[in-house]
Amino acid sequence: MMAVTMVKPPTPSATSEHQSARTAVGPVKIDVQSLNFYYGAKRALEDISLHIYPNIVTAFIGPSGCGKSTFIRTLNRMNDVIPGTRVEGKVLIEDADIYASGLDVVKLRRRVGMVFQKSNPFPKSIFENVAYGLRINRMAKSRSELAGRVEESLKQAALWTEVKDRLQESALALSGGQQQRLCIARALAIEPDILLMDEPASALDPIATQRIEELVYNLKRLYTVIIVTHNMQQAARVSDYTAFFWLGKLVEYDRTDKIFTAPSEKLTEDYITGRFG
Amino acid sequence: MTRDTMRRGISAVFVAACGAAVLVALVPLAFILVFLIKQGVQALNMDLFTHMPKPAGEPGGGMRNAFVGTLILTGLASLFAVPIGVLSGVYMSEYRGTRLAVAVRFAADTLNGVPSIVIGIFAYGIAVLPFRHFSALAGGIALGIMMIPIVARTTEELLLLVPETMREGALALGATRARAVFSVIVPAALPGIVTGVVLALARIAGETAPLLFTSFNNQFFSTNLRQPIASTTVQIFNYATSAFDDWHRQAWAAALVLVMFVFVCSLAARFVTARVQRLRG
Amino acid sequence: MRRELGFRVGIGAFAVLLLILVAAIGVELTRQSLLSIKEFGFRFWLTSTWDPVAGEFGALPFIWGTLYSSILALVISTPIALGIAVFISELCPARLRGPLTFLTELLAAIPSIVYGLWGIFVLAPAVRALETSTPEALRALPLFSGPPLGNGMLAAGLILAVMVIPFTSSVAREVLKTVPPAQREAAYALGATRFEAIRAAMFFARTGIIGAVMLGFGRALGETMAVTMVIGNNPQVSLSLFAPQYTMAAVIANEFTEATGDLYLHALTEIGLVLFIITLVVNTASRGLIWAMGRPARSRKPVVVAEAAA
Repeated sequence: MMAVTMVKPPTPSATSEHQSARTAVGPVKIDVQSLNFYYGAKRALEDISLHIYPNIVTAFIGPSGCGKSTFIRTLNRMNDVIPGTRVEGKVLIEDADIYASGLDVVKLRRRVGMVFQKSNPFPKSIFENVAYGLRINRMAKSRSELAGRVEESLKQAALWTEVKDRLQESALALSGGQQQRLCIARALAIEPDILLMDEPASALDPIATQRIEELVYNLKRLYTVIIVTHNMQQAARVSDYTAFFWLGKLVEYDRTDKIFTAPSEKLTEDYITGRFG
Repeated sequence: MTRDTMRRGISAVFVAACGAAVLVALVPLAFILVFLIKQGVQALNMDLFTHMPKPAGEPGGGMRNAFVGTLILTGLASLFAVPIGVLSGVYMSEYRGTRLAVAVRFAADTLNGVPSIVIGIFAYGIAVLPFRHFSALAGGIALGIMMIPIVARTTEELLLLVPETMREGALALGATRARAVFSVIVPAALPGIVTGVVLALARIAGETAPLLFTSFNNQFFSTNLRQPIASTTVQIFNYATSAFDDWHRQAWAAALVLVMFVFVCSLAARFVTARVQRLRG
Repeated sequence: MRRELGFRVGIGAFAVLLLILVAAIGVELTRQSLLSIKEFGFRFWLTSTWDPVAGEFGALPFIWGTLYSSILALVISTPIALGIAVFISELCPARLRGPLTFLTELLAAIPSIVYGLWGIFVLAPAVRALETSTPEALRALPLFSGPPLGNGMLAAGLILAVMVIPFTSSVAREVLKTVPPAQREAAYALGATRFEAIRAAMFFARTGIIGAVMLGFGRALGETMAVTMVIGNNPQVSLSLFAPQYTMAAVIANEFTEATGDLYLHALTEIGLVLFIITLVVNTASRGLIWAMGRPARSRKPVVVAEAAA
């Protein structure tokens, strides 16, 4: 694990240099093919197809109830815990369909990490929270290795300096923003390839939000990050690609600068200019 | 008198009656506690805990065998009641809607309502008859059977209070369902579960009827599980229904100890619950 | 998926134990009372002679005593318990709510044997004094006939009432909590007095309240120690409050270890079996009522914890 030096994200008025950095994409990381999702008889996602590229930040935006949270949760099969849900179509992560029968969901979730809207640290110490994933996946062979990995994760999540002297204290004693960064550290500890973030900053104050955004922008060097957000400015600030959802359908998916300056669909333009949502 | 005045009058009388009801209920409580303390404190001394009972009629002596007996019986009961109760509670909360969970919940509530004397008869049938003698083990079984449904239901209710996001957080890190339940959800509910166990213990420590023909009684000091054993509650019963004043006084003292124990458990339970609420925020 | 199945079966096995336990109790009780059932059949419950020496076992006095004492307890305790429930949940200032709830919980937590102790040395003498002072005119009535001994049906009814009050009131309180505030608000908006608004709420909650009262009844039916220490333990069927009588639980407690011969033991067990069935029916019915009432708006607070503390 490399340490991440923090860099401020560029402002939305991009220069051509930034543009080329943002369009550098590699092979497809996640290939979603005609995904339909049902809660019982109700269809929540309709025929979604898109490609997620590696080592960039992809944002999902759209009004409440448009399905963006449901969709992100299909990528690590988190919707499996809800009874009565059904999936049609394919989700290929590096050419393997994660909805194929016999797929080990536990292994999937090691590779595809998740950070939730409301931070959910375990009622354990700060150290134990980050160590949890390492312990259950048996990723550290000795106590010193465990401590080392915990430190790395906390550094990656830009939380280390604030908690290094109180690792044994309860995680619940941290502030909201710190708890969320702790949850990010916890997710990063198990070295996922892909990090899913479901509105990670929506419950935080502006300063804490800013720190999370910085973090997200910097994480893409090591991870493929997908972030759901209802805040368009946030999407414009941190993401390279943006997908706009509406009523369970994927309306438009393109590079962020294009979506926010010259969208192809009228619906997208209406949403971005605030005509609804 | 106008209709309105009469209505207001009735309302005032009603409110007063409810207040009176509270006082009426508190009166026996006060009486019992006052008597308990007055009578019990007189005979409460270290002898009660360190000495063995004297033969009938002779003054003095203590109830050491009885107190130790109660400890042993409640310990035995917890030994099997806590695992069975907690794990049943886990099942009922994890697989909430299934037919088995509904049936088990019904069984737990039913068991809760079975008179303790009937449980005594059952324990007699399975643990005394086959061996042809009373034993501490049989008493422990009877008390344990009473403990199981209490622990099971409180565990279930408390596990349901743990927020779902905690489970999702664990699953998202690659935990299996079993792992998520035992390493995150149960620990999160642990203070409450422990409280439930403590309250259940307080309840069974005060039980007499199921012990009358299972652990029976023993005038001598014994820790042998296959022999009958004395217990605080049975001893109080025997002393209270005897003809000796000294034994009556000892009965009050032992009753005071019992009630203090229950009191402390209730307070502790409330304290823990309040503290957990504050932590949760 | 296989992992999950292992987990489910492993935990499920413990849960199933509970089911097996309840069934086993029923089976074992029946098995242990077969001799008596075969010997006496239904006569058992219609004969009032209980003469172990002669081998005659008639259990009518015990059913009578159990029902009489429990109904008496119910009559005395219900208005008080409901008054407390209403007071704590609707009328008292918020500051008092915690301490009052705690006090009722304390009352519920006192062990039966301690109530019995108090009953022998405090209540029974007080009842005797009360009985001795009944005017001659009333003495003629069957309800107050016989020598005023203190130990008897009245003492039993009173002690049961005291024990049942906290139980019924805490369950009733939980039931009242599930009444939507809109019910009371609607009443107040129409100009109702406090009494009328509360009456509306109680009417809404009537099924649950009946359930709470029935749960208390079930508790009284099975109560053993406190009753046996004050009821006089005399197997007779008598209408008099003063007369010493006997209950099903009390006779089992007193005579089980003295029982000579299998028939005697089986007769007592048969009494236990019927007690089991009666309490099962009463408790199930009352829980059904409470559940039916709480269906539209389930509150999270565990009703069971209140009962467990009782």
